[in-house]
Amino acid sequence: MRYALLVQGAPYSSQASHSALRFASALLARGHRLECVFFYHEGVYNAARLAAPPQDEPHLHDAWCALNAEHGTQLQVCIAAALRRGMLDEREASRHGKHGHSVEPPFELTGLGQLIDLGQSVDRLVTFAP
Amino acid sequence: MSSHALATGDLLVILRHAPHGSSWLREGLDAALVAAAFGQSVTLLFQSDGVLALARGQQAGPLGQKSTAPTLDMLAMYDIESLFFVEDALASFGLTQQDLQLPASGIPVTAIPELLAGHKQILTF
Repeated sequence: MRYALLVQGAPYSSQASHSALRFASALLARGHRLECVFFYHEGVYNAARLAAPPQDEPHLHDAWCALNAEHGTQLQVCIAAALRRGMLDEREASRHGKHGHSVEPPFELTGLGQLIDLGQSVDRLVTFAP
Repeated sequence: MSSHALATGDLLVILRHAPHGSSWLREGLDAALVAAAFGQSVTLLFQSDGVLALARGQQAGPLGQKSTAPTLDMLAMYDIESLFFVEDALASFGLTQQDLQLPASGIPVTAIPELLAGHKQILTF
């Protein structure tokens, strides 16, 4: 089956990201495909490229990047939810006159319409929220 | 149970949070509007604290958060006219249908499964 996940919990604040990652590895292990993870609401913080958790905790940002590298899973971040929370890629940072950026590939800022598209194009869209 | 037929559609958006305390309601409504703009038929279900979103006369308030009342007024423009609230939830706040900003239909908790089953996709906020 083709899956997509919707993650709405901030990393290290709620269980949502941890559970979503566990679910992702379980479905991939069963031979399903994970097309995309869409980050909305406080889930956009999962894309923070500067995340530096202690070494004895799971590195959630890196775990998402590994999903992309190993399985081609797209990592899409709602641009409206991201911008108001200070999550900007290089292009948006320059557009808003900000020094530095907080989001970089493989995460991509995209519109909420992508989430609606996903809901129509995959077999299962599963939400992880606090 | 009321006599109206429960709605079916492409997307059911469940709103469980009151305005102002968090951005759940606002971002949930945004998702509903975008889906409608993409041509999907959208139903809203206001559940638990979410019923407070329907209360009449809401403003931005002294804390300065953006009010969701104008967004609710825009729903009709996006053809989102299928609005439901859970009767018990509204009553638990001492509110009646007369206190609501928009025409919404009350349903008992027991009707929620039927509403869920009638939609291809469900997003919960």
